[in-house]
Amino acid sequence: MSVTAAEQAYRDHWARLLALLTAELRDLDLAEEALQDAFAAAVAAWSPEPPGNPPAWLLTAARRRALDRLRHGALAARKLPLLIVDDPDPPSVIPDERLRLIFTCCHPALSMDARVALTLRCVGGLTTREIARMFLVSEATMAARITRAKKKIAQAGIPYRVPAGPELAERRDGVLATVYLIFTEGYAATGGDRLIRADLAAEAVALGRMLRELLPADPEVDGLLALMLCHHARRDARLGPSGELVRLPEQDRSRWHREEIREALSLLAAVPGREGRAPEHAEGGSGGDRFPGPYLLQAAIAAEHATAVRAQDTDWPAIARLYGELERLTGSAVVRLNRAVAVAEASGPEAGLELLGGLDRALGRHHLLHATRAEFLRRLGREREALDAYGRALEVVGTDPERTFLLSRRADLSVR
Amino acid sequence: MKYALLLYGDEKIWASATEEQVEAHVRFTEMLTGRGAYLGGEELDFSSTAVTLRKGSGETLRTDGPYAETVEHLGGFYLVEAKDLDEAIEFATACPEEIVEIRPVVEYQG
Repeated sequence: MSVTAAEQAYRDHWARLLALLTAELRDLDLAEEALQDAFAAAVAAWSPEPPGNPPAWLLTAARRRALDRLRHGALAARKLPLLIVDDPDPPSVIPDERLRLIFTCCHPALSMDARVALTLRCVGGLTTREIARMFLVSEATMAARITRAKKKIAQAGIPYRVPAGPELAERRDGVLATVYLIFTEGYAATGGDRLIRADLAAEAVALGRMLRELLPADPEVDGLLALMLCHHARRDARLGPSGELVRLPEQDRSRWHREEIREALSLLAAVPGREGRAPEHAEGGSGGDRFPGPYLLQAAIAAEHATAVRAQDTDWPAIARLYGELERLTGSAVVRLNRAVAVAEASGPEAGLELLGGLDRALGRHHLLHATRAEFLRRLGREREALDAYGRALEVVGTDPERTFLLSRRADLSVR
Repeated sequence: MKYALLLYGDEKIWASATEEQVEAHVRFTEMLTGRGAYLGGEELDFSSTAVTLRKGSGETLRTDGPYAETVEHLGGFYLVEAKDLDEAIEFATACPEEIVEIRPVVEYQG
């Protein structure tokens, strides 16, 4: 079917072609419109038989469209010399400019919202409508957000290039953060009536795979992909029959996607020097890459969970150590909260509770701090204090299923 | 591209600026000039010397003082030529002030 061939080409070549066209046209907006037109034309033109070299066909068609658009615009005279058109012998290998596209979409001068939307649109190839649906905003709102971001790229002079030298590591972290934010928004939605948006998480995993292809031998890129795979593998087991949250110990582990966990483990195994835990040689390294970085550590933690046959087989002391390592690296309050949970499992709720002290200033608006404290207090038999903590968690909780879960936990207490 | 680097800060600190701080701006200007990036720049007098006009509904309202009463005031600016935002950010990073706002200058093509 011709539609299928065009759809397949879209999936395979969108980002690559957009990246190349943007380099040629020096105009992301124009490149996107021209490429969109080319794909629309392909749907009709590729029937009954698609061309021998679909990406070359699309590239030529998009270049023509861009030229047409420029001819109709007043800018034609100035922009024409930039264009290469009617290439009689289109290259069989499309040069890969996707990294430039990714770094531009994730430039720190753009707001995180803008980075996320642009990356999904330009690199992921999602339509504005699809992105709007995933983020629970209207299509008009999302279209405006993407347009604003593209305008800012042009007007502020955000370069279309891969940063070099010491800047690369810092900017790479910004790219990883954008992809991981897309993932976490899918994995644990912050608003609305659904707890998981597997489609969004799957997009982030696809972006992670692309990054790994483009930035090979970068342990943090491997770590991010492994981390996302370990979490994503549990998607079917995390929700109960009526859409309620199922906590890790109660999950039916036979519903985890084993092939994804295996892929994550092989990624981690391939990172040199990762056999030993808590590597001391990472200390004091100035410049260069910290090793292991935060994504690799988080992936190692997720892998500990993913490889435990039953919940009670989980190696909590190992997880607590890895969280300690991660806290040292990041100084993050959220990491400390997670570490407290691991320490409570390894050494008892009293030790966990102690680690929660001092987190209220940073995480007071975060329901998980209060919910975690409530669980520790409950296990210590301090039910009245637990009741208060559940109350505070319910004041700030964001999604409906999590609210339901907290209400049922609170109702289980013997005090009122 | 042309960018304005707008320098914001607490005037109390500028009022007691040391020789060293002034010297840092001289060096910064030399660096920009050396890279062919310096297009201009001025230090503005204290916001207490400002007069603000508000025009509208037929009447012009004239007030003493700056447009906005804040702790940080616009104290000066540099106009630089940079090949893109990343280079402008590099210049802003080298600029010896706490807060530097980078604004692309709109250039009209004739």
